[in-house]
Amino acid sequence: MSEMTTQEQQLVDWLADMNEDDAVALAKRMLLEEKANPLRVLELCRMAMDIVGKRFEQGEYFLPELVLAGEMLENIGAIAKPLIVQAPGEQAKKLAKVLIGTVHGDLHDIGKNIVSFMLDINGFEVKDIGVDVPVQTFIDEIDSYKPDVIGLSGFLTIAFDSMKETIEAIESKGMRANRKIMIGGGQIDEAVCNYTGADAFGINAVEAVTLCKSWAGAVQ
Amino acid sequence: MNALQTAVQTPQAKAAYDARWQRLMDCVALKQPDRMPTALFSTFWMAKFAGVTNRELMYDYEGTAAIAERVVLELEPDVCSPLLLNTAIGPVLDAMDYKQLIWPGHGVGDNQPYQYLDREYMKPEEYDDFIFDPTAFYLNKYLPRVAGVFEGLEDLPYLPGLHYFRLVGGMRAFAKPRVRAAFERLFKAAEEVERLVTHSVAFSERMATLGFPNSHVSTSIAPYDFVADYFRGATGMMKDLFRNKDKLLELLDKATIFLSKQTINWAKGSNHPVVFIPIHWAPDAFMSPKQFETFWWPSFRKMMINMIDAGIIPMPLWEADCTKRLEIIKDIPAGKCIYWFERTDMVKAFEVLGDVVALRGNISPSLLTTGTPDEVDAAVRHLAENVFHKGGKLILDAAFGLPDETPVENARAMYKAARKYGA
Repeated sequence: MSEMTTQEQQLVDWLADMNEDDAVALAKRMLLEEKANPLRVLELCRMAMDIVGKRFEQGEYFLPELVLAGEMLENIGAIAKPLIVQAPGEQAKKLAKVLIGTVHGDLHDIGKNIVSFMLDINGFEVKDIGVDVPVQTFIDEIDSYKPDVIGLSGFLTIAFDSMKETIEAIESKGMRANRKIMIGGGQIDEAVCNYTGADAFGINAVEAVTLCKSWAGAVQ
Repeated sequence: MNALQTAVQTPQAKAAYDARWQRLMDCVALKQPDRMPTALFSTFWMAKFAGVTNRELMYDYEGTAAIAERVVLELEPDVCSPLLLNTAIGPVLDAMDYKQLIWPGHGVGDNQPYQYLDREYMKPEEYDDFIFDPTAFYLNKYLPRVAGVFEGLEDLPYLPGLHYFRLVGGMRAFAKPRVRAAFERLFKAAEEVERLVTHSVAFSERMATLGFPNSHVSTSIAPYDFVADYFRGATGMMKDLFRNKDKLLELLDKATIFLSKQTINWAKGSNHPVVFIPIHWAPDAFMSPKQFETFWWPSFRKMMINMIDAGIIPMPLWEADCTKRLEIIKDIPAGKCIYWFERTDMVKAFEVLGDVVALRGNISPSLLTTGTPDEVDAAVRHLAENVFHKGGKLILDAAFGLPDETPVENARAMYKAARKYGA
């Protein structure tokens, strides 16, 4: 990773410090006026998100910071991505593929969305298939997307049985080998993890990232 | 106030009723009750208990009342929530064309629970409108967004400023077809609400004759949760903590006033002193201690003080885990509230709050749904031994009522164990 200029360091700091107005304005200026490399700007965003993730883990940041970080990144990404002229083979290699969705019967999506965002900025390829996802849809998506990790989300207690049913179906279709299944959501704990047959559970987005990194062999 | 209204009871039932109610009031007053009281809160678990669909429970006032009666007689809680108002609300939601929920037969399957649709019902640029004149904002913007029955009220004139002959002219708007149609729909919906309330009151009276008081009748909400859940949406509100913090604080101040006023009026009208306040955005994981102390706690504390000053007993249900908030939420007058904890460490809650509030909860949802009766028994015993028998004023209950999927034998085990270990 190349040394950062003062301006680049400023962008990282402003993003990490939740200084939205200044950060987005600076990113816009770098991209549109100074013609900075959009991939470099996105790399700076990712570096800032690393700091955000660490501050979350350390209990300095909470959900509001993750939500605002996601929005800042989305706004900058919307400017940067159309400017990217991708050379063949230049696509960054992703750590692993994660399929994620809220299980059937449950419409909650905030936790799932934050997990998707955190996995994405941590180098995973994420396919989010939404809320109230029927078992068959999970099966079809696993068949076509071939994820390394499957994330089942749910906030309500009705999700316990839906998760169990989904995992049983994945197993019965012979789709579990070489894959990991993680679950998460408001009421999820060790007992639910055992009940559903998931490989692991997490209580927040950073735990989801840690799990996926460990499964992807990416933990240093 | 006396929660018992006009019921006719046998002397035995009256004695049972009074003893049960006294247990609750002793806990509130931080006096040791004669035994550990139990509470019952249930929504769709009653459908599982009776073998009917969630949809049937929502659409049959009398059938649901009959099921609820069987549940109460079998589990014998000391106090129970207004079981019809938690469940038999399908006809009312239909009549209102309610848009913030989907429910069995109306957006979700017959055996799924109703669920709230987290959306942005107020745009960030509308803070000023809401703050300046909440009633106008309700009439002209908010209500038509959240229930179809109010559609048409947008055509009402802006009322403040109408006076003298301007008021005469302003009256014209009430004859507009959309406004007239809205009022006609409103009358019908109100009649349905009246039917629900009539059934609910009749059920409460029936249960009173059998010796079982309500734990509460009316509900309220914390100012922050009011804005987050029902106006700005979860993510909108989280962004507002950075983007619109001054306006948010201003709205929270104002909402504290009108929510206090409304809650007190409602509680007095219901003739029951306890007000249930489900708390959504206080959990440890949701915001930093500084954010909590800046945005969440001051307005809610003020509201609780307003309620206490009016003779109301606030009963917040602190959802999820609020263990790290205990020292902050301790700052209220002693012997005036019930703090119901969902996943907060109850032993810790007792240590911190034992001399300030009564406690309610918190047998784990995962245990109740996936565990065995023996495991449930052990969990109740743990709370009885480590909270109640150590002087805690614990009203035993499930975390946030009986989870819908709880096997009936686990529910039985919970109440049986409470009687066994709470003596």
